[in-house]
Amino acid sequence: MQNLGVNVLFEGTTIQRLLEGLLVTAGIAFLSIIIGSLLGIGMGLLRTSQSKTIQFICRLYLEVFRIIPILVWLFIVYFGVPSALDIHLDGEIVAVIVFSLWGAAEMGDIVRGALESLPKHQIESGKAIGLSFWGLYRYVLIPQAVRRMLPGAINLSTRMVKTTSLVVMIGVIDVVKIGQQIIERSVIKVPTASFWVYGLIFILYFIICYPLSKLSKKLEAKWEN
Amino acid sequence: MNKENNQVLLEIKDLHKEYDTRAVLDGIHLSVHKGEVIVVLGPSGCGKSTLLRCLNGLETIQGGDIEFYGKSLTGPNVNWQETRQKIGMVFQNYDLFPHMTVIENILLGPIKVQKREKKEVMEQAAQLLEKVGLLDRKDAYPRQLSGGQKQRIAIVRALCMNPEIMLFDEVTAALDPEMVREVLDVILGLAKQGMTMVIVTHEMGFAQAVADKIVFIDAGKICEISEPEEFFTNPKTERAQQFLNIFQF
Ligand SMILES: Nc1ncnc2c1ncn2[C@@H]1O[C@H](COP(=O)(O)OP(=O)(O)OP(=O)(O)O)[C@@H](O)[C@H]1O
Ligand SMILES: [Mg+2]
Repeated sequence: MQNLGVNVLFEGTTIQRLLEGLLVTAGIAFLSIIIGSLLGIGMGLLRTSQSKTIQFICRLYLEVFRIIPILVWLFIVYFGVPSALDIHLDGEIVAVIVFSLWGAAEMGDIVRGALESLPKHQIESGKAIGLSFWGLYRYVLIPQAVRRMLPGAINLSTRMVKTTSLVVMIGVIDVVKIGQQIIERSVIKVPTASFWVYGLIFILYFIICYPLSKLSKKLEAKWEN
Repeated sequence: MNKENNQVLLEIKDLHKEYDTRAVLDGIHLSVHKGEVIVVLGPSGCGKSTLLRCLNGLETIQGGDIEFYGKSLTGPNVNWQETRQKIGMVFQNYDLFPHMTVIENILLGPIKVQKREKKEVMEQAAQLLEKVGLLDRKDAYPRQLSGGQKQRIAIVRALCMNPEIMLFDEVTAALDPEMVREVLDVILGLAKQGMTMVIVTHEMGFAQAVADKIVFIDAGKICEISEPEEFFTNPKTERAQQFLNIFQF
């Protein structure tokens, strides 16, 4: 047992580099979740609007993000847009843009679902005490919708964290890419390097996503009634 | 005391309401004087709820006019937010906001809509809650209350806006029979204080006790307007007699 594969993780700066990569991943995911959620709330409100045109446009927007794979979106914004406009966009920025727009579309759907699930007489009794359109949303509808949408929103967040692994395709050095580099460097010396490195990456993703899904289950149980 | 001589608070003139071209209210004329208690009776589906909802701007109307203190409530320029503060409404379903405590439910309108002082509203709310016997439940959530308690709170919530008139749409219809009384007593109390009210109910004894006037509607039209005594002992129309017979076993 003179060559324990697991040692590959403790050589030099391996762990530190992986954590830096994780920070890139987590940073992109975090920013996108925040921006996407804010845009998504607006989108959700628009989708409950009376106007058929607005409804159609928002629906189209969502479907476009659902039909076209996220990877293709990353390529369009990373290669297509800059060449058309003759500008340069960093991979990280492209990633945040694409994930935020995607998050907005999906979050909009979650917000819409939550708002529509509220009983109609909540709207009427809000109106009956003289609440304005905004007052109604702010004090009556959104607080109730938030409870109903949190599990879905958290689920979406974990999906976004996981999907950030695609950013390697547009040149962003994320945790997976760094893992590959480490494996390539050490695989001759340590044949089991991929097992250990990917194993660690697995655990790192787990550490980010597990508390989220745990939280969602807890809130679900708490707000059941 | 004849309240017919009081100021007219609400004037309904030739009101027409349609759902997809089907007439639901068909030429309703009715005046509500200050301090008057009007009970609207009629078979299911005749348009009672729709009438109340029109008075509160929850439905758009297709013809005629509603005037509140002489000012028209039809057309796009009506400020419903302001008007609804003066026309309180309590619905059949317990419509409290489930994410707020009793006191938060009551304070929302007065503080956020009417921008009144919290302290002053608090005092009024406490008085009203005391009156309906629920002061000790002020920090409870709606789900911790019985149906009758929720309905009494809904009434307090509407009253705390200091409305000029209250609309009640079958507020006891969804209640357990044992709880009907406590809610009706609150409404009787309001009548004694001179609150102007339009009440839709299926409780005939209560209707007779509380009403100054009974308005009997059938198929979207007013068939008969009578004093309660007269309506229950000797209705003018055949249709009203048939309706009353249903309640006699
Ligand atoms: N949103 C709606 N769309 C279409 N038709 C409606 C709508 N609301 C009510 N109606 C119809 O209008 C008519 C009057 O309804 P309304 O609820 O006013 O009756 P009601 O007198 O209150 O009856 P009930 O005693 O059962 O409460 C009914 O025939 C009903 O089916
Ligand atoms: Mg009704």
